[in-house]
Amino acid sequence: MQIHISANDGVPIYLQIVNQVKYLIASGRLKAQEELPPIRVLAERLVINPNTVARAYRELEAVGLVEKRRTAGTYVSDQGSPLARRERVKILTERIDALLAEARQMDIQFDELVKLAEQRDKAMQTSRNEE
Amino acid sequence: MNDPFPSSAPPIIDIRRLTRQFGNKTALNDVSLAVPRGGVFGLIGGNGAGKTTLIKHILGMLKAHTGTVQVFGLDPVQNPVGTLGRIGYLSEDRDLPNWMRVGELMRYTQAFFPTWDEAYAEELRQAFDLDARSRVKTLSRGQRARAGLLVALAHRPELLVLDEPSSGLDPVVRRDILGAIIRTIADEGRTVFFSSHLLDEVERVADRVAIIHEGRVMLTSSMDEIKDTHRRVTLRFGQPVAQAPALVGSLSCAGEGAEWTYVCSGESEQLRRAAEAIGGTVVGDTALTLDEIFVSRIQG
Repeated sequence: MQIHISANDGVPIYLQIVNQVKYLIASGRLKAQEELPPIRVLAERLVINPNTVARAYRELEAVGLVEKRRTAGTYVSDQGSPLARRERVKILTERIDALLAEARQMDIQFDELVKLAEQRDKAMQTSRNEE
Repeated sequence: MNDPFPSSAPPIIDIRRLTRQFGNKTALNDVSLAVPRGGVFGLIGGNGAGKTTLIKHILGMLKAHTGTVQVFGLDPVQNPVGTLGRIGYLSEDRDLPNWMRVGELMRYTQAFFPTWDEAYAEELRQAFDLDARSRVKTLSRGQRARAGLLVALAHRPELLVLDEPSSGLDPVVRRDILGAIIRTIADEGRTVFFSSHLLDEVERVADRVAIIHEGRVMLTSSMDEIKDTHRRVTLRFGQPVAQAPALVGSLSCAGEGAEWTYVCSGESEQLRRAAEAIGGTVVGDTALTLDEIFVSRIQG
């Protein structure tokens, strides 16, 4: 699990972990039933307080993205959960907002943007079929 | 680890109304500080703020002139045996006996601590790449810090006290020191108290911090609380103003014309309402680093 902590942007460290794990799950880089590193291991690797990792894991558990097993260990929940989907939609929403803002600045109309998205989707499918 | 601050348990360090003068200079001014058991407590302040003087009181190297200092519920001056044996200490200048070899330093220190763990000491020596035959005086700055850390850790102290542990060290040695802090508290119930002016490090490893400035404690809080209650908000006013209107909770302010940026203590919603009250619209609201919070606190 690749996590990068920056103490320079003001975002609390536990929240940086939460956001990055959410992103890893939503983007499929962390799969359902995959085990997250133990708290102590991740704390030592990132050189941060273990309580911070524990708090991040608790937050992730509270939104249903991970689950604690009785035997020990924290695992990614099943992907079918609506929360994971909601998270995926949230990530996309942020990307779309950024895209819309950029398009507006470049004076590209919304219809044009939709057309462009359709074109790119087709291009992606064609290249996928060729693989 | 679910409950890092068991407030019901007595604090491991309990300082009340401590004042200390050197001649006519006040080094500590009415300082009260409670360090709970378990977790990492970061004492932050600039040069000459009083950090080392405070630490010397914790270790019983200085006697309180007024006020009280208790460690493990005991006075460290009157009861050095009951306190010092349970503390691991790394001083800022790492004052180790220069004429000893590393192996001798280990055996010498072992004699003072019944709880010395020989296997752990050897493990640390190897992990820190220290040659038992090297003389302390020939060690590089980084190796000297590692040797000091080894003898502070090897008796598995309940309380680890580090005075500016990373100052002047390269990133590899700093990582060793921070790693040692993390491993120490990952073991149930142990406590680390360290002073630093490297605030990105404090932000990474501390769960509680106190800001000390000119001998006074300006703020003591959990790291989460400090981060939650300090924001940088940028306000836009209807028209340019020569001077920023006062915002409730603001610690410092900069800007010009119609746009002004405040560093504030308060939560986002609270600040938004305060901004509206003075006719401003919030156009930016971001979290602050500990560094920025520190600077605005001691300048405010």
